Amino acid sequence: MEIYVFDGTLEGILTSVFDSYERKSTLVKLVSTEHHLPDVFQETYTVISDDTKAKRVWKGLQKKLEPDWMKRFYKSFLSEQPQTFQDLFDFAHYIFDNPPGVEDNFGNPVVLAVSQMDRKVHREKHRMEAFIRFQQTGDGIFYAHIDPDFNVLPLISDHFRKRYADQKWIIFDLKRKYGLFFDLDKVEEITFDFTSEMSSSLNTLPAQILDPKEELYSLLWKDYFRSTNIPSRKNMKLHIRHVPKRYWKYLSEKQI
Amino acid sequence: MFERIREKLEILADAAKYDVSCSSSGSNRKNHNKGLGDAEGTGICHTYTEDGRCVSLLKILLTNHCIYDCAFCVSRRSNDIKRAAFTVDEVVELTMNFYRRNYIEGLFLSSGIFKDGDYTMERLLRIVKKLRVEEKFNGYIHLKTIPGASPELLHEAGLYADRMSINLEMPTESGLKLLAPEKSHEDVKKPLEQIRKSIVQFMDEKAVIKNTPKFVPAGQSTQMVIGATPESDKDIMHTANAFYKNFSLKRVYYSGYIPISNDTRLPIIGSQPPLIRENRLYQTDWLMRFYGFNVEEILNDANPNLDVDIDPKLSWALRNLDQFPVDVNSADYNMILRIPGIGVTSALKIVQARKFGRLHKDQLKKIGISFNRARHFIRYADSPIQLRDFEAGHIKGVILSESSSKYLKTPANQLSLF
Repeated sequence: MEIYVFDGTLEGILTSVFDSYERKSTLVKLVSTEHHLPDVFQETYTVISDDTKAKRVWKGLQKKLEPDWMKRFYKSFLSEQPQTFQDLFDFAHYIFDNPPGVEDNFGNPVVLAVSQMDRKVHREKHRMEAFIRFQQTGDGIFYAHIDPDFNVLPLISDHFRKRYADQKWIIFDLKRKYGLFFDLDKVEEITFDFTSEMSSSLNTLPAQILDPKEELYSLLWKDYFRSTNIPSRKNMKLHIRHVPKRYWKYLSEKQI
Repeated sequence: MFERIREKLEILADAAKYDVSCSSSGSNRKNHNKGLGDAEGTGICHTYTEDGRCVSLLKILLTNHCIYDCAFCVSRRSNDIKRAAFTVDEVVELTMNFYRRNYIEGLFLSSGIFKDGDYTMERLLRIVKKLRVEEKFNGYIHLKTIPGASPELLHEAGLYADRMSINLEMPTESGLKLLAPEKSHEDVKKPLEQIRKSIVQFMDEKAVIKNTPKFVPAGQSTQMVIGATPESDKDIMHTANAFYKNFSLKRVYYSGYIPISNDTRLPIIGSQPPLIRENRLYQTDWLMRFYGFNVEEILNDANPNLDVDIDPKLSWALRNLDQFPVDVNSADYNMILRIPGIGVTSALKIVQARKFGRLHKDQLKKIGISFNRARHFIRYADSPIQLRDFEAGHIKGVILSESSSKYLKTPANQLSLF
């Protein structure tokens, strides 16, 4: 068993795949620097991310996989889970070492793991598309911050760009400290560190920077949410299954 | 000034909530004009009420004034309730501002009938037209077809709406006549047919001329109230089946009747809405639409009602044990779909995975089938040798004892309805 330490990037995983073939490693444990605990008795190999190597591996995968599967590969990567890094590494090997078509083998644990992680990331993406609540600021920007389990901003950018083409908006990931800003023309990645003065609870921009109408619409939305409920059908178990409690902080209608 | 609009929204959202349709999917309207909204692709549920229903659209009535007196409806003219009406601009502003904040996918607009059908439809039309043309709104719009409105108005509405719907209200004509003597299923069929024909016609034109405008791209749906009148499940599902077939409906919704009236023709106020029954009907609906079941197989003269304690798929399997066990490593996809505990996703994975080798128990479990349920009906690579055939009652007992029904905690008086 060889330990490969990589930098946690997609490029890094792909480079590791390249290096493992070049070095003829058979059993590899892939660990990101962040999760690596140095061990004196174990030799490690440090992977240096390399654009050319990564591209070759990516192209190689593209030759054997449908675009759909390439997307799954990328989406699973965005989960940032240590086990998934390993699964993706093993998956790439499984694809390269076998004739075309083996990605359909859901009886194989690695194929299944990657496709199940893809589903999880996809679900988180979908939840962000559903649960983000913008607040309109005085200067006309619609603002929301989020705190997703997985790094889904790259996945939701397109959705919000298409939909809100006539308004400026910002979606900021508090956990990963970067955001997206749409300026009516294109989406840009932005970073700023304001967490010190910003409350980490969502939906709570200070009132003085909000558009005067913001209060009315958030109030009407809460009213609507209450009126549309049918009390005699109350079913909290179902409610919580659909809106797990960890997402309540997103929902202005769930704030008192 | 907040107060007036708040009160209106409260009244008109409350009156609209008994229409259970919530879907915002199936359209193909893109944000083509750099406007607001995009209704392409899958729907999104932006939140869920405490009763577990999805909130996807701003669902409101334009007004709850109504000339009709349907016993099951909360807005019936003889009901002593607060009445209100939105202006066109109020609906437009609410929709735009809710949408901008990512609260909703679009608008579900219905209305009580004031004056007559045409007058009402004309108002609804004015709203959707303003949203589409003046505000460049490309979000989802579900518009109610108002019975009795002229074909010209309906046609024009179809050019702006993503989905249109008109409710059957009661599953049978006789049930409807009992509670709403002024209405008939014929009034529903006529507009359904008109719009169905236009949808087909626009699709045909689209095949030839690329820039043909959209016409109700997300299709039509309808709703039936369940448990207000004494129809059997068979009556209900056979009606649904006929409407799916004859009018190419996208959805039929089943709405468990919530007692809102002291009318002696109806269940009394305070009795539980038939939630289990509603759930079983939806399961049957899914079996018909996605699992290749014919309605006759599930509900027929010998079995006019669905089981309450087990779902209709399991129920069918127990009645047809001669078709089991099914070998997941060799059976046809359509038969795998019929195994209790295996859904569409797992069935697809199974037929793909088995090309690479016979599937074992642990693989099936990992793929995500409900193994405890399915194991009575399947054979797999390492299935244990089974010497005797089990009979239906035994299997049902085992499955019920292993599962904890989500309905166990519901009040007992609900069961007495069946």
